[in-house]
Amino acid sequence: MLGKLSLSAIPFDQPIIMGAGAMMALSVVAVLGVLTYFRLWKWLYTEWLTTVDHKKLGVMYIIVAFVMLLRGFADALMMRSQLAIAYHGNPGYLPPHHYDQVFTAHGVIMIFFMAMTFMIGLMNVVVPLQIGARDVAFPFLNSVSFWMTAVSAILVNLSLVLGDFAATGWLAYPPLSELHYSPSVGVDYYIWALQISGVGTLLTGVNFFTTIVKMRAPGMTFMKMPIFTWTCLCTNVLILAAFPVLTVTLGLLGLDRYLGMHFFTNDGGGNAMLYITLIWTWGHPEVYILILPAFGIFSEVIATFSRKPLFGYKTMVYATCSIMGLSFVVWLHHFFTMGSGADVNAFFGIMTMIIAIPTGVKLFNWLFTMYGGRIEFTVPVLWTIGFMVTFTIGGMTGVILAIPGADFLLHNSLFLIAHFHNVIIGGVLFGYLAGFNYWFPKMFGFKLNETWGKRSFWFWLTGFYVAFMPLYVLGFLGMTRRLNHYDNPAWHPWLLLAAGGAAMIACGIGCQIVQLFVSIRDRNLVENRDLAGDPWDGRTLEWSTSSPPAFYNFAVTPHPDSIDPFVRMKAAGLAHPRPARYEGIHMPHNTPAGLFVGGFSAVLGFALIWHIWWLAVFGLVCGVGTVIVRSFNPKIDYILPAADVARTEAQFAALREQDALLKAAE
Amino acid sequence: MLIVGAPVIFLTLYFAWKYRASNTKAAYHPNWAHSTAIEVVIWTIPTIIVAYLAVITWTTTHRLDPYRPLDSSVKPINVDVVSLDWKWLFIYPDLGVASVNQLAIPTGTPVNFHLTSDSVMNSFFIPRLGTQIYTMAGMETQVHLIADRAGDYDGMSTNFSGPGFSDMNFTTLAMPEAQFEQWVRKARAAPGHLDAAAYTQLAVQSNANPVSYYSQVDRGIFRSIVTEHGGMQMSMPPQAEAQPAMKMTAMKMAAQVPMGPMSSTMSMSATEH
Repeated sequence: MLGKLSLSAIPFDQPIIMGAGAMMALSVVAVLGVLTYFRLWKWLYTEWLTTVDHKKLGVMYIIVAFVMLLRGFADALMMRSQLAIAYHGNPGYLPPHHYDQVFTAHGVIMIFFMAMTFMIGLMNVVVPLQIGARDVAFPFLNSVSFWMTAVSAILVNLSLVLGDFAATGWLAYPPLSELHYSPSVGVDYYIWALQISGVGTLLTGVNFFTTIVKMRAPGMTFMKMPIFTWTCLCTNVLILAAFPVLTVTLGLLGLDRYLGMHFFTNDGGGNAMLYITLIWTWGHPEVYILILPAFGIFSEVIATFSRKPLFGYKTMVYATCSIMGLSFVVWLHHFFTMGSGADVNAFFGIMTMIIAIPTGVKLFNWLFTMYGGRIEFTVPVLWTIGFMVTFTIGGMTGVILAIPGADFLLHNSLFLIAHFHNVIIGGVLFGYLAGFNYWFPKMFGFKLNETWGKRSFWFWLTGFYVAFMPLYVLGFLGMTRRLNHYDNPAWHPWLLLAAGGAAMIACGIGCQIVQLFVSIRDRNLVENRDLAGDPWDGRTLEWSTSSPPAFYNFAVTPHPDSIDPFVRMKAAGLAHPRPARYEGIHMPHNTPAGLFVGGFSAVLGFALIWHIWWLAVFGLVCGVGTVIVRSFNPKIDYILPAADVARTEAQFAALREQDALLKAAE
Repeated sequence: MLIVGAPVIFLTLYFAWKYRASNTKAAYHPNWAHSTAIEVVIWTIPTIIVAYLAVITWTTTHRLDPYRPLDSSVKPINVDVVSLDWKWLFIYPDLGVASVNQLAIPTGTPVNFHLTSDSVMNSFFIPRLGTQIYTMAGMETQVHLIADRAGDYDGMSTNFSGPGFSDMNFTTLAMPEAQFEQWVRKARAAPGHLDAAAYTQLAVQSNANPVSYYSQVDRGIFRSIVTEHGGMQMSMPPQAEAQPAMKMTAMKMAAQVPMGPMSSTMSMSATEH
C-alpha cells in the first residue's frame, strides 16, 4: 500500500537532521499562522497562487530562490565546519553517509533551485517589460513551469526528514548512483526532483523563446533588443537544446533503477561513460544558461549607472551568440582524465579556451562603458565591479584548467572547486543580486536600503575571497574534493581560513535579510518610494511603466525605435504617452490549474520515489487530466474595459505628478 | 593570461575610481558607445593569446598524454591497478606478487600502469608523480609514470566513490632498485595467495584497509576483472603495445557478457589458462 515508505524512513536517531526538520516545520507553521491570523488566505490564493502574471510568478520564483539559498548555504556551512575540525583522527560531527548527502544537496540546490530559479525569476519579471509585451506568450504554461519548479524544491527538502537524499555528488555519476551501490531512495529523490523541475525549465524555455521572438513591440528589431533580453534569448535557446538531454539522461538512469535495465550499470553491457558524456552535454551549456543572463544584467546596470549607452552593443550581441554556440562543444573538458586520447583532449581544451575570447571582449566592453561615464556607486554597481574583478580571476583559472596537461594534476582537486565557485558566485550570483537590487523597485514600488545592501556586498565579497582563495592553495597542495576527513597537517590552516570566509558570507546573507526587513519597514518614506516608475533614470522600456507595473504592463503599446528607447522617449517628452481614448486590453484569466498540475506532479514524484504505484498512477492521471480539463475551458481570457485602463493610467499619472512636485521641492 | 587579466582588473578599478560621479573633472561622453579601433584590439589581442595557448595546448597534451610510454633506456615494469570499495589493489604481473594500499616502484624506472575498477569509478592519482587517470569497471586505462627520486608519496582517489572514499589512500614507496628487490622478497614471503577465492574476499566493501601483500597471483586475474564487466580499452596506445586479445571492440564484448546481476563471484576459469 505504501511501497517502501514506513516510519523507519524518518531518521529519529539523527539529532542534526531532526533539528533541521523541526526548524523547517516551525517556519512552515509560522507562515501558515501568519496567513491565518491576518486572514490572508483568500488574497494569497487569488492574487498569487493562481496568478498567470509573469511579474508575480517572477517574484515567487525569486522567493523560492532565496529560501533555497538559505538551505544550500546551511549545507555549505556544515561542510566547511566539518572540514575545519575533521582532522588528524577527529571524525568531525558529520559521518560520511550524512556528509555525502550534504555536499550532493548543496550542489543540486544551489544550481537547480537557487541559481536557475533566481535567473528564471528575474527573466520573468523583466523580459516582457523590456520588449514592450503585456505578458509572456503562454501565461498558463508559465504558471505550470513555476509550480513544477516549486514542488521539486519541496521534494528535495522533504528528503531531509523522509528517507535520505542522494550521496553521490551533484551529478550522480553511475555506477555509484545505480541501485547496486545506492539502494536507498536518495537517488530517486534526485531523479524525480530534477525531472519535474527540468520539465518546468524546458517549458519556460519554450515560453520565453516564443515570447522574445514573437512578442516584441513593433519597431524593436533583433538588433534593437535590450542586451538583457538578448542574453535571455540565448539562454532560452540553450535551455531548449540542453534540457531534453538532461531529461533523457535521468530517464535512462531511472530505467536502470526502476526496471532493471543496463544503460549505465557495470554489468549487462552498461557503460557509465555514456552517462558522463550525456550529463555534461547538458551540464556545460547549463553553466552558460546561468551566466549569460548575469552578463545581461551587468550590461544593463553598468550602462544605466555610468549614464552612457553600453559600449559596443553589436559586439556584445555577437559575443553572447558565439558563447551560446561554443558552449556545446566543450563538455569533454569535464573529464579529460577519462583517457580519451590526446587528440580529443587537445581539441576540447582549445575549444574551451576559445570561449575566453568573447568573454574577454565582454569584460572590455563593460570597461569602456565605464570610460567617460559618470558612475554612481549604487549597490548594483558595486556587485558589477566586484564581479568584473572576481570573474577575471575565475576566467584565468578556467583557462588553466582547460589545458589538459594542467587538468591532469588539478582535476577534482579543490582548485577546481575554487574555480567554479569563483565564476558561479563571482559571476552568476553577483549578477543576480545586482539584478535583484536594480529591479526591486520595479517589482515592489520602493527601493532597497542602500546601507545594508552595501554591507551585504562587502561581507559577500571579502567572505568569498577568504573562503575560496585558500581552496586554490589547497588544490595545489593536493587536496581532493568531497573528502570527509583528512590527516595532512598542511591543509588544516587553510581549511580553518576557508571556514572563516564562510562565516563572513553568512554575515553577508544576514545583511541581506536585514536589508529586506529595513526596506519593507521604511517603504513609505519619501526617499524610498518609487512613484514615477523610473528610480534610476533607466534606459529601457521597463522603466516607462509604473512600479509595480499595472498587470497589463503597457496601456499603449510602445514603438521602440532605438537601442535605449526610453532615453529617446524621455528626451522627446514622450515618456508616458496619454492618448485621448484608451482601448480595451486582452488579458488572460487567473487559473488554479498550474497549481494543481504542480501539486499532482509532486504526488507523482513522491509516489515514484517510494514505489507507491497506485498513487503514482493517481498523480499522473490527475496531472494530465487537469491540463485536458483546462484545455476545454473556453473562459481563459477577457477584455479589460478601456475605462479600467484609463482609471489605472490616471492613477499612475497622478503619482508621477506627485513625484515631480517632490523633486521640485528638493 | 595575466597579459589580459591584470589590465582588466587594473582598468576596472581605475575607471571606476576615475569616472565616479563625484569627479566632475573627468571627461563625460554621454553618447560615446562605439570605437572600431578599440573593438578590433579587444577581439584581436585575446585571439592572439588563445592562438598561442592553443599551440602550447596541442603540443603539451600530446607530450604529456598519460598513454604515451616514457622515453627511457631502462626496461619498464608493469603494474596492474584495481580500485575496489575502498582500497587499491596493485598487481605486479611480471613478478607474480600483489599488494593492497601500498605501491612500491624502483626509482628511475618507467612504470606502465594498466588500471580498472571492480566497483564504481575512481581516479588514480599520485600528486608528486604527476598525472591522474580514471579507473572504470569493464574498461582498462593506462598511465605511465616515473619516480626520479626516492621517497614516500601519497596516493589517493580523486573521484568520489562512496562512504569509504576519504580513507581510500595508499602510499607510494619509490626506492632504489636494490631496496625494491627487497620489497619484492618481502611480498613473496607473505602467506596470502591472490586466487579467485582470496580476491572475492578482498572485493567485499571495507574501509581504511591496512597494507597487505600476496606472495602469489593467479595469472590473468587482472584481465578477468576487466572482462567481467564488458572489457573495453580506453583509446589505443600510440605505439601498439596492446595484446591481440584486447583488440576486441566494446560491442563485441558487450554481446558476450551474460545478462544478470553483477556478482562478486568471478568467472576466473574463462581466462585462466
